[in-house]
Amino acid sequence: MSVTRPLPHDAAPLHVTGQARYVDDIPVPSGTLHLAFGLSEVAAGVITAMDLSAVRAAPGVVTVLTAGDLERDADTSPSLHDEPLLADGRVHYAGQALFLVIADSHLAARRAARLGKAEIAESKPLLTIDDALAADSRFEDGPRIYEKGDAAGAIASAPDTIEGRLEMGGQEHFYLEGQAALALPQEGGDMVVLASTQHPSEIQHKVAHALGIPMHGVRVECRRMGGGFGGKESQGNALAIACALAAQLTGKPCKMRYDRDDDMVITGKRHDFRIDYRAGFDGDGRVLGVEFTQYARCGWSQDLSLPVADRAMLHSDNAYHLPAARIVSHRLKTNTQSATAFRGFGGPQGMLGIERVMDHIAHALGRDPLEVRRINYYAPPAKSGPGTGHRYGGAFSPGQSRARPIPDEIDPASRGAQSHMPPDAVPQPPEGAQTTPYGQPVEDFILHEMTEALAESADYHARRKAVRAWNARNEVLKKGIALTPVKFGISFTLTHLNQAGALVHVYNDGSIHLNHGGTEMGQGLFQKVAQVAAHRFGVPLEAVKITATDTGKVPNTSATAASSGSDLNGMAVKAACDTIRDRMAAFLAEYHQSDPAEVRFEDGKVLVGEHARSFAEAAKLAYEHRVSLSSTGFYKTPKLAWDRIRGLGRPFFYFAYGAAVTEVAVDTLTGENRILRADILHDAGASLNPAIDIGQIEGGYVQGAGWLTTEELVWDAQGRLTTHAPSTYKIPACSDRPDVFNVALWEGANREETIYRSKAVGEPPFMLGISAFLALSNAVASCGAAYPALDAPATAERVFMTVERLRHGV
Amino acid sequence: MDICFRLNGEPVRLTRVSPTDTLLDWLRDRRGLTGTKEGCNEGDCGACTVMVTDARGARALNACILFLPQLHGRAVRTVEGIAGPDGTLHPVQRAMIAHHGSQCGFCTPGFIVSMAVAHFNGEREFDTALAGNLCRCTGYAPIIRAAEAASQEPVPDWLREDTSFFWPEISSGGGAEGGGGQTAPLLPDTSDALAALLERSPDTVLIAGATDVGLWVTKQLRELKPVAFLHRCADLQRIEETDAGLRVGAGVTLDRLHDAMVPRHPSFAAMIRRYGAAQVRAAATIGGNIANGSPIGDGPPALIALGATLHLRKGDTRRTMPLEDFFLDYGRQDRVAGEFVEAVTIPAQPDRLRCYKLSKRFDQDISAVCGCFSITVEDGTVAAARIAFGGMAGIPKRAAHVEAAIVGQPWSAATIAAAAPEWERDFTPLSDMRASARYRLATARNMLSRYFHEDQGTPASVQELRA
Repeated sequence: MSVTRPLPHDAAPLHVTGQARYVDDIPVPSGTLHLAFGLSEVAAGVITAMDLSAVRAAPGVVTVLTAGDLERDADTSPSLHDEPLLADGRVHYAGQALFLVIADSHLAARRAARLGKAEIAESKPLLTIDDALAADSRFEDGPRIYEKGDAAGAIASAPDTIEGRLEMGGQEHFYLEGQAALALPQEGGDMVVLASTQHPSEIQHKVAHALGIPMHGVRVECRRMGGGFGGKESQGNALAIACALAAQLTGKPCKMRYDRDDDMVITGKRHDFRIDYRAGFDGDGRVLGVEFTQYARCGWSQDLSLPVADRAMLHSDNAYHLPAARIVSHRLKTNTQSATAFRGFGGPQGMLGIERVMDHIAHALGRDPLEVRRINYYAPPAKSGPGTGHRYGGAFSPGQSRARPIPDEIDPASRGAQSHMPPDAVPQPPEGAQTTPYGQPVEDFILHEMTEALAESADYHARRKAVRAWNARNEVLKKGIALTPVKFGISFTLTHLNQAGALVHVYNDGSIHLNHGGTEMGQGLFQKVAQVAAHRFGVPLEAVKITATDTGKVPNTSATAASSGSDLNGMAVKAACDTIRDRMAAFLAEYHQSDPAEVRFEDGKVLVGEHARSFAEAAKLAYEHRVSLSSTGFYKTPKLAWDRIRGLGRPFFYFAYGAAVTEVAVDTLTGENRILRADILHDAGASLNPAIDIGQIEGGYVQGAGWLTTEELVWDAQGRLTTHAPSTYKIPACSDRPDVFNVALWEGANREETIYRSKAVGEPPFMLGISAFLALSNAVASCGAAYPALDAPATAERVFMTVERLRHGV
Repeated sequence: MDICFRLNGEPVRLTRVSPTDTLLDWLRDRRGLTGTKEGCNEGDCGACTVMVTDARGARALNACILFLPQLHGRAVRTVEGIAGPDGTLHPVQRAMIAHHGSQCGFCTPGFIVSMAVAHFNGEREFDTALAGNLCRCTGYAPIIRAAEAASQEPVPDWLREDTSFFWPEISSGGGAEGGGGQTAPLLPDTSDALAALLERSPDTVLIAGATDVGLWVTKQLRELKPVAFLHRCADLQRIEETDAGLRVGAGVTLDRLHDAMVPRHPSFAAMIRRYGAAQVRAAATIGGNIANGSPIGDGPPALIALGATLHLRKGDTRRTMPLEDFFLDYGRQDRVAGEFVEAVTIPAQPDRLRCYKLSKRFDQDISAVCGCFSITVEDGTVAAARIAFGGMAGIPKRAAHVEAAIVGQPWSAATIAAAAPEWERDFTPLSDMRASARYRLATARNMLSRYFHEDQGTPASVQELRA
């Protein structure tokens, strides 16, 4: 039984010996050229002149390209076709590529790129949310609005209300491996691209478009990334396109990797958000109505901002049944890096909004925030357990069609294609079910039991008392504690992306070649899917060869994103394996005058009645009898139907759940703070690999806590990012993990029919880090009567200033 | 110049080395040893960590800011050399697999090397040993589990071989007088040779640990010439007791200064533990930390609070000054061309020093504010006070007005409160990406309160708390 086993990452032996190859480690043919972008230091303006003579004359430079040198339009956007590879007259942010240096070494290209002189007639950049609002600078025609009931009315008639504002910063991905791509020109103008990317099909699409050739002329391969976190969903396009264009031009292999500082200056990050909120509630803290206005700072181009902002709206309920809600979302265009996908994809921002509301209500009522949370939880399902969910059918109300023809240059496999797609016809929720603000019934809500179990195992109530007692005794050092839940929707909200393909070969020695559309960025997807394949054939895992993601093997793949990797690719691989297995079974049944249903694949053997042979012997025999031992597999997620304009339907197949308790300490003299203990209970369904899933949870929590504490992006008044290296941008280090760190998996199968009833686990644990932030808020609250209204990231400075405001009203 | 070193157990001799080629680029581009990764190219992420062994022992260093001449006469192990020659995995490698310590795997080689060095040296403080290795995937917990599990196992024989490292045939290397051409790097092996060299060529760029100069090359892409490497000047690396106090040679690395401060000034040692990370402390020197004149270096404020004196040398001329007088203005020190920092002397004294380093992240972060206090109290009255700060001005600077306001006063909260307005007379800090001016000033002021609290036995550091 290979599924459910806590096996190590498939590449772990390669990782620890330095043998695992990343793009920059692949030996290159001699004569390979290296690229670097010359970057704008100005955030907004018009290019009036560019003097690149010193660049061209620099040692090792082969040639230099500007937008005007390109034969055809080269665009790197995953959505609106609004990102020219090289600035074409206008500059939109400090860090934008102005020209491309092609040189004989990485260092020569970097050196030369510094020598360009651009004259730019500067205009005043729009840098902040307020700047963009004042200028009405936005994507889409106006704010998106999702509504359920009459929120304003419910708030007006509520016994009590709160209102406030929460600012939260963005986040740099800080994948340890920077962006990298290598283009290898082939005969007849074809191109092979090796890229560090979560979305090989998009690279293929964008490179084909830039080269002016069909997609069949471009093959993209990715064995692994050194971390992605969303930062390699669309942000690698520019490098791949640049390499392919340069390779086409020079006929030489071309490689590009960003220096870390360039990477941080050029690429997009998590969206920073402002959320204004207003809520009405009763004396128990039960929410009667809530209004959110979300402002997302999207940066200079659209990229994936629309679906990110959508997902923030879709998580503004988190785990709570909101009888009436109005969620308004502004997608603001600014002269900064184009904010992009990052683990959670807007979900964390939306979720932090409602968690702030719960915390604020509890403070107003003087109650334990956990009580307020639980009273607002969605109702538990009438019956629990797999397979009892409502089936959709009938009662469809077709959405208004806003379908437009999708322009050729738009990649339909991108989440950014959202705005070009027609809405699905959406079903009516079943009568009596509690629904989200977007009308999806919540049928699998398990947080009541999970919260109870976690509060018990983490000794929440006693520790909360102890924290209060500590704070009463101590003036300088304060403690805080918070338990927060996570309910995260699983599926791409662009419904058609919820599909996957696989390609499986069984060779006549019984070894198995496994390929699928998912990419490996460290999350252990390849191992989980290999476990599925081994299990289907009843062979040891060593019989399965994991191979690089390759657009030539599985076409039209979706990004490995939205936590969907193992759900989608696991199912597609299962389908491919079962096709081959069924063929082998049919053949062997005939061979032994038996029934295919009697053929079993287990323990490395194929058994037909009393006949037993090794899987290898079975494969050889099948081959000799001309049985096809290769198959594709395909999967599409069922039950989805979503109209993003109306904000109605079922965007998610199911929800993944989790909860965390964090205890922190705060020094009120300086604001320095530390996580003392974290306890997590997380729902990965029937886990495909508990060790890998726990790794996602531990890592997600620390990354989420980092977002809300030490990770601060700072831009100067001219719009230049000043935190563009690890010396100034501080992701958590070793000693920042909680002193005590207890992580457990919730035992329970997914109600929905996912691969072996497992659940997606990539993104949801990230939001467990919210408990660290609200524990800090809890500690700060002990310094005064007012609600702390702490903003994020809660750096030592921000914590200190909030303490000062509470203590002295300044 | 020619240099020789041992790479993964095998001797390597390189001729015509460009002095500012980094080990990382050489390993990856020239030797095809791509296990050592470039994560940041500035010594802040540890993905390029290598093990360097010499007579002093084994330590972890960042290959991205390690110039090839710095390896002369040493032994280097990359991740490819951590497993045995027959492929037997090192205990830390086995443990990292068994405890799921790698996810994307890109930081893993650096962790493996740092863990192998800690394992070799019997170091069990893993938060300290691994503070210089960033991981974005795991949240560190499984890596620590792996390090703890491996610590029970013996050091493999193949790593011990490096400790018998000896290179009689290459002792001259480039030599103190080596080169002659403008670009030839110089490897003086005494301070006399260095003094002579600087007399001849006063604009030579001196490279000790390269933790700062390395970035001039990797980030600013500057071409440095001429350069001289100081790591072979053994007489600059002495720590000795003199009548005036503890004389610390300019070439003493921060890890050694740390060890010297543990019994004398433990709070200073605790702050040095947060200076960069293990890889940086094993390379960076106290002389470099002083001589580069940074307003945010952590060494000078503590040394000034201890009343340290600085020893400068030019040719055969030496002079000594209070350390605080060395820093004239932002980017300007009291040092003439051809003069170099030879040592710093810390007067013997009862330990009253407390060092407070304030940064966004606890470990491996540059200070927003670094406040160092040495306050002597006699019979309830402040008898003497030396308070020095980094991050509050263009130079490391004493809080002279605050000191004056508390000396002679009762050692009390009231005295501290009364001194509050003096802070603004001493400091007008800047706002930058690390902190705002207002925060810097407020916390600097509060650090004196923290000193008072701690002096009264009240805990005032979150590091002391446990759940």
